[in-house]
Amino acid sequence: MNLRRLWAVVLKELRQMRRDRITLAMIVGIPVMQLVLFGYAINLNVRGLAAGIADQANTAGSRAAVMDLLATGVVAPVVETRTPDELVALLRRGEISVGIAVPPDFEQRKAQGREAVQVMVDGSDTSVQGAAAQLAQMPLDGSARLREAPLASTPPAAPIDVVAFYNPERRSAVNIVPGLIGVILTMTMVLFTGVSIVRERERGNMELLIATPLSRTELMVGKVLPFIAIGLVQTTVILALGLWLFTVPVRGSVLDVYLAAGLLILANLTLGLMISTKAQSQFQAMQMTFFVFLPSILLSGFMFPFAGMPQVVRWLAEVLPLTHFLRLIRGIMLRGAGLAEMWIDVAALLAFTAVMMGAAILRFHKRLD
Amino acid sequence: MNTPAEGELAIRARGLTKRFGALVAVDHVDLAVPRRNVYGFLGPNGSGKSTTIRMLCGLLTPSEGEIDVLGLAIPAQAEALRKRIGYMTQKFSLFEDLTARENLEFLADVQGVPRARAKRRIDELVEQYHFADRQKQLAGTMSGGQKQRLALACAVIDEPELLFLDEPTSAVDPESRRDFWEKLFELADAGTTLLVSTHYMDEAERCHRIAILDRGVLVADGTPAELTAGLAGRTLLVTAEDPRHAQRALVGVEGVLSVAQIGNSLRVLTADDLGDARERVGDALASSGQKAGIDETTPNLEDVFVSATHDGERERAA
Ligand SMILES: Nc1ncnc2c1ncn2[C@@H]1O[C@H](COP(=O)(O)OP(=O)(O)OP(=O)(O)O)[C@@H](O)[C@H]1O
Ligand SMILES: [Mg+2]
Repeated sequence: MNLRRLWAVVLKELRQMRRDRITLAMIVGIPVMQLVLFGYAINLNVRGLAAGIADQANTAGSRAAVMDLLATGVVAPVVETRTPDELVALLRRGEISVGIAVPPDFEQRKAQGREAVQVMVDGSDTSVQGAAAQLAQMPLDGSARLREAPLASTPPAAPIDVVAFYNPERRSAVNIVPGLIGVILTMTMVLFTGVSIVRERERGNMELLIATPLSRTELMVGKVLPFIAIGLVQTTVILALGLWLFTVPVRGSVLDVYLAAGLLILANLTLGLMISTKAQSQFQAMQMTFFVFLPSILLSGFMFPFAGMPQVVRWLAEVLPLTHFLRLIRGIMLRGAGLAEMWIDVAALLAFTAVMMGAAILRFHKRLD
Repeated sequence: MNTPAEGELAIRARGLTKRFGALVAVDHVDLAVPRRNVYGFLGPNGSGKSTTIRMLCGLLTPSEGEIDVLGLAIPAQAEALRKRIGYMTQKFSLFEDLTARENLEFLADVQGVPRARAKRRIDELVEQYHFADRQKQLAGTMSGGQKQRLALACAVIDEPELLFLDEPTSAVDPESRRDFWEKLFELADAGTTLLVSTHYMDEAERCHRIAILDRGVLVADGTPAELTAGLAGRTLLVTAEDPRHAQRALVGVEGVLSVAQIGNSLRVLTADDLGDARERVGDALASSGQKAGIDETTPNLEDVFVSATHDGERERAA
């Protein structure tokens, strides 16, 4: 590898990027927008859900229990009905989102430690379901138990223990932001290099490039290097905003955060290169990027807990760089772990990078046919 | 025809063939390009000029045939060749979002012009190719002719032994084209071999040697003088009162390959030996009631081109 030729490619890429105003804006724009969207939208507590109440017990204890639920502000009472059946009807018509039913034998159930209050939820709206799940976390008099109605698709809530209760939809920004570093880097990095080679082919530059002594490795590495810096800038933007807007903790070392981000950046950039050698047009490259992006979001553990997935899907997820990065970054930022302790995920990302880079170089020929 | 000696050849190709599926884009072409020559490459659209050039610089793998360029076997030793050649593509292939100077800098780095020399060399080229006031202009915003001048400057940055220029002047105005060709001859004088494809006959006329391709087949090659001499006595100049009428009378006459109106006269290219065809031309004109003078005229390269590509057509028809 000739360093001067490599530098020529890096410099060319940087100069081209500098003139590309929209891409420049996106480098900072995408992280800011995503962070604000995900951070606030998902963090937003659902409040004031329309609730119907059927207190069939109507004892001092049951009234107190209902008042406790209302006091959370998550639900606001709109109607009182006599029977749970009427609540179900109202739910179906969409007039209420939550139904709270207190059976006639409330006191008895409470004494026996059985579910004493039933919360019925409009399961068709996951955010409502999530809100109800939060309600279900509330201890009533320390002994009451709630059960979600069959309308909800989630299984009945466990006996209430706030710490043990884990709900994917209700993660706070603290959990979202570290993952968001990974999601944003996956989205932007793959796309940067994903279009890079096809673009030069489309514009006709490739015929010039392959007629020069520039080697394939110099070209490929030269195309990756400038974007590592861009990726680290994005990481910084997300970290800074996360700290400032959501006071997201960084319990481990900041250096480890950057190292982990660097590993993901490399993995994604080389994946993009691989895509670029395969795609025939920039449009195809974007489609392929999206093809990788969706499973990354869905399977990596960013949206849904990894543990709940079928074995096959888990294997698939292990191939995705984002999966490993999420383990690393959550470990470092939230649990204060060190990179060395999670060497398996580090190795996985390095291996992915090596395979993709190797494949991209091998797939690329200095020929037109 | 005087064939140049082997050792003096920059390019030697034998049986060069390229197939794209069922299409034979280049069909068993033999080429011999002497060093320090300006070698012209002519042919109608789609005749395989670009394809041949791409094979010669190792960008396309030939389906058949052997290539020797600067003593290197192509495509096997293409990588070694790339340090010694310059290639100007038919379509503009520099970076449109880099300035003229940045493009030159990139090529200097990539071609490995010694660092100490690079800046001086770029300044020199900027001066020579009249970019002094355009160094900072984005290549994409330049005019067609300016782009081609820049592309040539980039191709010669490392003073290559061999230059491939694929229609380098297609967007250059006649005045600047002269200037352009002067540069090409300067390069040839300095020891560079140039292979230039073109559609312009005046450019072909200037080449040391030319080759004419027609549908992938090499139909003529030699020096312009040799080629035009081969047509001696086959071109007639017909002066008629109504040239358009006369032209209609001559089209389709046996032995007449082409009739082109030039001002008030007609340039007629005949197929065979003169006597016979001249009579037939005279008869055809007389029978259409035209008074016309028929004179022999010196053949030019356009006649060569028409005759060569027409012969090919006849062979295929047969
Ligand atoms: N990659 C390819 N795939 C299929 N066919 C091709 C390819 N490249 C060239 N051809 C065909 O090969 C033939 C020769 O093309 P080529 O570009 O060499 O012509 P040319 O002589 O350079 O023409 P022009 O004067 O228009 O530049 C054409 O018919 C073209 O369509
Ligand atoms: Mg061409």
